[in-house]
Amino acid sequence: MLYAILCYHDEDFVGSWSKEQDEAVMKKLAVVQEKLTQQGRLGPVARLLPTTAAATLRKEDPPLVLDGPYAETKEQLLGFYIVDCKNLDEALDVAGDLGAANPGGAYEVRPVGVFRPGGLST
Amino acid sequence: MSEADTAWIETALTSARPQAVGALLRYFRDLDTAEEAFQNASLRALKSWPQNGPPRDPAAWLIMVGRNAAIDEVRRTRKQQPLPEDDQAISDLDDAEGALAERLDGSHYRDDILRLMFICCHPQLPATQQIALALRIVSGLTVKQIARAFLVSDAAMEQRITRAKAKVAEAGTPFEAPGAIERSERLAGVAAIIYLIFNEGYSASGDTAEIRKPLCEEAIRLARLLLRLFQSEPEIMGLTALILLQHARSAARFAADGSLILLDDQDRSLWNGTMIAEGLALIDKAMRHRRSGPYQIQAAIAALHARAATPEETDWAQIDLLYGALEVAQPSPVVTLNRAVAVAKVRGPQAALDLIEPLASKLANYFHFYGVRGAFLMQLGRNDEACVAFDRAIALANTSAEAAHIRMHIDRLIRDSQPKQGVARQGAKAT
Repeated sequence: MLYAILCYHDEDFVGSWSKEQDEAVMKKLAVVQEKLTQQGRLGPVARLLPTTAAATLRKEDPPLVLDGPYAETKEQLLGFYIVDCKNLDEALDVAGDLGAANPGGAYEVRPVGVFRPGGLST
Repeated sequence: MSEADTAWIETALTSARPQAVGALLRYFRDLDTAEEAFQNASLRALKSWPQNGPPRDPAAWLIMVGRNAAIDEVRRTRKQQPLPEDDQAISDLDDAEGALAERLDGSHYRDDILRLMFICCHPQLPATQQIALALRIVSGLTVKQIARAFLVSDAAMEQRITRAKAKVAEAGTPFEAPGAIERSERLAGVAAIIYLIFNEGYSASGDTAEIRKPLCEEAIRLARLLLRLFQSEPEIMGLTALILLQHARSAARFAADGSLILLDDQDRSLWNGTMIAEGLALIDKAMRHRRSGPYQIQAAIAALHARAATPEETDWAQIDLLYGALEVAQPSPVVTLNRAVAVAKVRGPQAALDLIEPLASKLANYFHFYGVRGAFLMQLGRNDEACVAFDRAIALANTSAEAAHIRMHIDRLIRDSQPKQGVARQGAKAT
């Protein structure tokens, strides 16, 4: 079963990390990712640019484009992972491992219905 | 508590600071009291958070604790009553924190932060004081850090900030919620100060660039913060895009010896692609609003440079047009001078020279004017006149870095325009 693990955090806080803090977190996350890659369980991973760079299209007629993210929340969606897990417990374990890399924030664990890996590579 | 813990808490305090100090300022209507209350709350956070874990909403926690501490302080000095132990008060607070955070009036926070930023750019303050005050109050940098970034002594910086605070207190702070026009005026003032902070870092010469780089990073953080508060303001998008696109080049801007590397000579693989992506996304968004402004136009120019994989791919014709729009939006001889560089690329040196000739009296003491003018003259083969202009440029250079910069500019143009001819130049000795 594929799970999307959605990373939420306070963008102002993350945006205030020093370069060193940011690199330290990424390094810790890379360890978790590497383990999952070894096990052949890691799909696409994305770190999103700040919500200030986002625009939202409302499906009206004609469509309405608004600046900013869809929802104004205390914590913002900052990135996501697609991971292959047996069940929710296992997915929560992965989220826990990822969460250990930095203080605060939350991970939403959501089963994936349709998955098309696509052919993009960066 | 480990050092890493402390560092994370410090970061959380920094990120909560504008909102918390802004709210405390609204309560106490006095900057010093607000700052003191925040300091107090920060000290308690350093004690309490490692034990109890960080609160879900650090800003709300700091506002409550800061406000209570200040009120207790007033009571204590009035009645001389013993207070309950700190820890008791804090644990009560933690229990109630979730509920409190929800009850805190969140609707004020935009104007709180804007007000806090705005008082730093009081028109009566000189720019140097505005910047120092903003970095101290909004960013929470220490006097020592700011002094270091501005290459002055701690004592001098302390004095600068004290003077600025005194002037702000004297002028009075506007506490009523701003109307639409006033809000946009405040936004413009705050945008200007963020740009000033950025420029302080960006215009540093090679030997101080590293020391002053944090100013660029802080300006970007503040710009993103402002944009999060006012998501549909195209000029704030433009400002944020502009400084991101400029800062994206920082790793390529200086040679090992600290000398400046011109745009055309930079190793573009050293440009920060993530920052460029963010800058381009923002300028794309801003343009959709069809409400142009100086920051957007400058960002659009920076975007054209960023989009060019090689200098040859630069769309100079478009840059020329954008500078034309900037001349209308924000007329200044320096803008025209910049435009002339694009004109030279598109329509040749004579057209560029015709464009800048009328500026001679206005820019009589501006070293770049003579550098650029000399370059155009040289491209036209008028070498004697070019040499006169170059000498004048070097004589006007304020620093050896500026002189070196001009000389580099000159050298490159000699290379570009006269590849087979070395031209002897007087005045090319180091100043």
